[in-house]
Amino acid sequence: MPEIKLTVNHKVGLHARPASVFVQTAARFNSDIEVTHGDNTVNAKSILAVLTLGAHQGSEIIIKAEGEDAEDALKALEELVNDNFGED
Amino acid sequence: MKIVSGIPASYGIAIGPAFVFGHEELIIETTSIADPEAELQRFKLAREATGKQLDQAFLVTKKECGIEAAEIFNAQKMMLEDPELVGAVKNRVESELINVESALLETSEIFASQLEAIDDEYLSARALDIRDVTSRCLRNLLGNFDSPATSLTEPAIIVADDLTPSDTVLLDKSYVLGFCTAKGGSTSHTAILARGLGIPAVVGAGEGISEIQPGDSLVVDGDAGEVVINPDEDQLTAFRGRQKKFLKIQAEAEAITHKPAITLDGHQVEVVANIGNEDGIEPAHEAGAEGVGLLRSEFLFLERDNLPSEEEQYRSYKSIADAFGEKPVILRSLDVGGDKDIPYIDMSPEDNPFLGVRAIRLCLERPELFKPQLRAALRAGYGNNLKLMFPMVASVDDVLNVRSVLEQCRTELREEGQDLAEEMDVGIMIEIPSAAILADQLAEVVDFFSIGTNDLSQYTMAADRTNAKVATLASGFQPAVFRLIKMVIDAAHQKGKWVGLCGEMAGEILAIPILLGLGLDEFSMNPPAIPFAKRLIRSISMEHARQVAETALDLKSDREIREYIQKAVPEVNLS
Repeated sequence: MPEIKLTVNHKVGLHARPASVFVQTAARFNSDIEVTHGDNTVNAKSILAVLTLGAHQGSEIIIKAEGEDAEDALKALEELVNDNFGED
Repeated sequence: MKIVSGIPASYGIAIGPAFVFGHEELIIETTSIADPEAELQRFKLAREATGKQLDQAFLVTKKECGIEAAEIFNAQKMMLEDPELVGAVKNRVESELINVESALLETSEIFASQLEAIDDEYLSARALDIRDVTSRCLRNLLGNFDSPATSLTEPAIIVADDLTPSDTVLLDKSYVLGFCTAKGGSTSHTAILARGLGIPAVVGAGEGISEIQPGDSLVVDGDAGEVVINPDEDQLTAFRGRQKKFLKIQAEAEAITHKPAITLDGHQVEVVANIGNEDGIEPAHEAGAEGVGLLRSEFLFLERDNLPSEEEQYRSYKSIADAFGEKPVILRSLDVGGDKDIPYIDMSPEDNPFLGVRAIRLCLERPELFKPQLRAALRAGYGNNLKLMFPMVASVDDVLNVRSVLEQCRTELREEGQDLAEEMDVGIMIEIPSAAILADQLAEVVDFFSIGTNDLSQYTMAADRTNAKVATLASGFQPAVFRLIKMVIDAAHQKGKWVGLCGEMAGEILAIPILLGLGLDEFSMNPPAIPFAKRLIRSISMEHARQVAETALDLKSDREIREYIQKAVPEVNLS
């Protein structure tokens, strides 16, 4: 199962608008996608679950994907996080 | 009669009967079902109906109260379609053969309690949202659309523990006289809504309001942050008088807000707006601002993880300056450091950040930060009336140093063949006592001054304005600060330069007669204060203001000055 490790640089962390666009992006793909922060692993397509991760600015997150479009999904999420959730 | 104190969330005085907004508990019983597929089909239809209502609520709220209050309905829609929530409900219905109402209520409560358990104001508010959207979906499932909101059919003051977005979207706003809530702060949904509607509100009033009964006579004093329950006849008469006066003054003020600020004896001053970004343009125009006295450039640098490019800054400054045409727009260069931290700008920790490397001290150390901003400003000022202003100037050398960087930028731009403002007024903030003392020297090297009273007060009084124990020293009407302001204005006028003031004091109604009398040329304030400031300036004479200022400068304390102004200039009392 391919995975990537990223750092959340956005000021509000993986909350509010960044959390919404993260979940919406994940939802575009058919693969199963998981996001891990610390000891918690949750469904990346669930806004409620992603919020409970409590990933603040500077948090390291691991994203795993499984399915036919897994590589594309990871690439899209990596771009989103590294691009500061499209706020440039 | 009883008085309960809370947080003033929206100005004005409301008087009327209480409408107690009780959240009627939906009664959900767990029942067995035979056909899980049919049950899940009901769930799907109810989610679709809920989604449509949320879209509608978004549009209505956006129109009535603005985008900020409306966004919440989009977030709620995502929650209801959350795969974890929907999946868990589906599992329970299929494995336990129970009705979907019961499965939904229990599942969403698990998520709500998880979010609530994390100590975070933002996440607690999201718990309220899950419960709100669940309750809406349950009503769709049950075909029960009774809401306490729909029984508001005559003018009243809304009393509630707290109000959800779904509660307020259904209220007929023409009947809402005011709000008071037990919970919430100045950024709660109710507070944002009240300000959007221009209705008085007190929030966070605590348990004290739980004893309010439907129909009780109430006063919501949005100026003082107080709720008076069952006031006696005398109090009611007094509040009616204050309300009448406030409404009359508000109407007068709004009627003249597009007229110039001229005193009865013909002395004219400028009244301009403080704004933080493009969103401030429209409110400033509507309030009758004659330009922008303070454009805080920090907005472009916050909530991101890299420096805004010169191009991005140029576009933003230009769109704001162009929106005001020939009217002046004063851009303040980056004012960070102190308590304002930007994560991607590496600043070493300091023992005394307010006395450390902040504002131009930081910018002069970091040309990669400073030059793109100055280049963007010079380019943006082509064809409009953009001016530049530098914060935290302590000496003449500071001005010479920033001017030399500005000249470098100008030369570079000329060599590149870019359009730029060849003549742009350059001013400085007067916020360090040394700058006030040296105002005569500084007036020779700049085009204008703008006094920053927030910092000038804290540096003069040696009182940190973020420290509650000494904040009154820093925020007050201090005779020492008024004397410094007089020195600055006199020194500038002697050299033929003009002086503005862009601290909170410019919009404080009690300070205006003194500042006017001292000869201040420009008053820069938040847009909502502009109509009231113009009304006051137009209703007094410069001669009277001069006498008042002279007397006030000889008084010995904050309290004496306030009391004197209230007596000497009765026009300052708004209610």
